[in-house]
Formats: sequence, structure tokens, C-alpha cells
Amino acid sequence: MTEYALILISTVLVNNFVLVKFLGLCPFMGVSKKLETATGMALATTFVLTLSSVCSYLANEFLLAPLGLEYLRTITFILVIAVVVQFTEMVVHKTSPLLYKVLGIFLPLITTNCAVLGVALLNVQEEHGFLESAIYGFGAAAGFSMVLILFAAMRERITVADVPVAFRGPAIALITAGLMSMAFMGFSGLVKG
Amino acid sequence: MSDRDSQPSPTDDFIKGLWRENPVFVQVLGMCPTLAVSNSAINALAMGMATCFVLVMSSVLVSSLRRIIPPQVRIASYILIIATFVTVVDYLLQAISLPLHQALGAFVSLIVVNCIILGRAEAFASRNTVTRSLLDGAGMGLGFAFGLLCLGGVRELLGSGSLFGLMLLPHSFERWTVMLLPSGGFFTLGVWLLVINGFKRRGTRTREVSA
Repeated sequence: MTEYALILISTVLVNNFVLVKFLGLCPFMGVSKKLETATGMALATTFVLTLSSVCSYLANEFLLAPLGLEYLRTITFILVIAVVVQFTEMVVHKTSPLLYKVLGIFLPLITTNCAVLGVALLNVQEEHGFLESAIYGFGAAAGFSMVLILFAAMRERITVADVPVAFRGPAIALITAGLMSMAFMGFSGLVKG
Repeated sequence: MSDRDSQPSPTDDFIKGLWRENPVFVQVLGMCPTLAVSNSAINALAMGMATCFVLVMSSVLVSSLRRIIPPQVRIASYILIIATFVTVVDYLLQAISLPLHQALGAFVSLIVVNCIILGRAEAFASRNTVTRSLLDGAGMGLGFAFGLLCLGGVRELLGSGSLFGLMLLPHSFERWTVMLLPSGGFFTLGVWLLVINGFKRRGTRTREVSA
């Protein structure tokens, strides 16, 4: 039990996917201009990331490994992710029009979020089991969501601040992210590994 | 993105990726590998070359198949084409240099989801001739490698006092450990963008139009 709790804390705080592992930076920079869109993206990503982490684990364990097709791993995983995203979109569209309105436009973007593929590949690299993969995926998504929402709140604040002209745009955003990453380093040492 | 001139010259296809539409500094795309593997110049160069290869090959293939791929499944087809070349690069790099492959970690496989490659396939290669797509891919790829090298060079020089593993700064120089940490990546790219912004503003002020 403690092992799973450690994986969760480690992925959310210590080895945060965005700030420490540099995965999922495109949506982190791209959709963090408004708090509302950031929240929508965070919710959609959390769902897809957890589901695709489990699915790609299953695909690797029961399809690729027994047949000796490890060299097709990248292609298989990206297909699994695309299918999960498409499936989620269809289910949400059918079951909840309201949720579809909130998450709809973000769903296709998730396919190219490198955190999703990154989690799938890291699960294989670190030889995670079924439950570990699920928790790892969820932790990664929770860490991503937290940082994305915090960052969006900060960027809303920055847009009203008087930023020197040369700093405007991506430059100030990156430096803010750098400061945030530094703050997150305070968590290192909390969990080993 | 859009072609402003009616018939841009072939050199323009190549040159624009290097500077005017540089993927790292101007479009700010594909930041995950940019920041993650730029803690030393040699990693940056390897990653840049790997991405460049995938970009050129997939641009050529997408462009030559552009009349065959049905528009409904084009994105899936592009991703499949890109993933194939990424697998090739992954195994190639493993064969050439195992330590380098380990240093880059999962980021070699993650070239698949690099937005630059899919972006060029969708925006350029799918509607232009093979030759032009080849030039465009090569320009963008080299521009990306150049951007990575700029970041990797600065981070390695300040962080460990060397360049390509060659000691340049004396031992009395206090190493900036922060440059090798994740936050150093954000800062370095932020400062590069700042410098480029500054230069551009100067250019537009002195002349009417920037180059």
C-alpha cells in the first residue's frame, strides 16, 4: 500500500511531469492563457492519461511481449492513445452534451500531448505492473493538472501586470515556469526515486 | 504559415526554417525535447539530428503520398508514417551509440508527438511538391537542431564549464548548477527569446521592415 502512495506522491510533486520531466509542455504553454480553458484541458487529460496508461500496459503485456513485437511499441502506443481519445470523445458526446461542450475541443489535442505517450513508455521502462501503471498514469495526470491550473492563474495575473516590452509573450511565460520549476525542487528528497 | 508570396523561391523554403520561422525561437514549438535534452551540447546535437532526419523523411513521404491519402484519415496516416521513421531512428541511435541513446531516454520515441513534425506534414508537405517539402523539412529540421544547440551550448558551458565535453572554463569558475537542472532549461530558453525579441524590436525601429 505504501508503495502505491509513494508512486502517487512521487509523480505529482517530486518528479512532476511538466516541471521536472519536461513532458506535456505544449499544452502547458498553449492552453494556459485562461483559467477556464486550463481547467477543461486538465480534466480531459486526467481522464485520457489514466485510461491510456492502463490500455497501453495491457497492449504491451498481452500483445507485444508474447509475440516478440517490441519494435512496434511506439507505433502501437500512439495508435492505442488515438483510439482511447476517439473513444472518450464518442462516449462523452453521447452521454453528456454539457461535458462535451466543456471538453470537446481539447480531446483531439491530447493525442499529441507527449505526457500521454511518455507515461506509456515509462511504464514499460520501469517495469510497472497493472495497478502501478494505473496509479502512475493518474499521478502524472494529477501533477500535470495541478501545475497547469496554477500556471494559468499566474498567467492571468501577468497579463494585467506591466511587463517590459521585450519580455512579453513566451519569454515571460518561460521564466515564470522556470521559477515554478525551482519551487518544485523543494519537494525533492520527499520521496526517493 | 501561409505563403505570402505567390511563388516563393526554393532557397526561401529552405532558409525560412533556419531563422524567420525558426521552430524553437519563433514558433516556440516542440518544447518538450528542446528543454529536456539540452543539458549538454552533444545531447542537443544528437536530438537535433534525429529530429531532422525524421522531419525530412516524413515530409518527403507525406508529400509523395499526398494524392493517395484520403483527407478523413490523413492525421492518423501522418502519425503512422512519422512513427515508422522514429522507430528506425530509435534503433539506429541504439546501434551507433548506446550511452547517447540512454542519455536521451524516452525522448527519442517521443519525437512522434513533436508538434513540429506533424505541423509541417499538415501545413506544408500535404500540399506541396516533393522537392519543396524536402527543402522545407531540411530547413525546419536544421533550424530546430540549431535552436537546440544554442540552448545546449549555453547550458553546458555555464553548468559544467565545458562544450562538447571539452573543458573551456578554468576550475576557479563557479559552476552554475542550476543550468543543468530543469529550471535552467526554462530560464535559458526564456532569456534567448528575450534577446531575440530585443533584437527584432531594434530592427523594426531602425528600418521600417525587419529582414
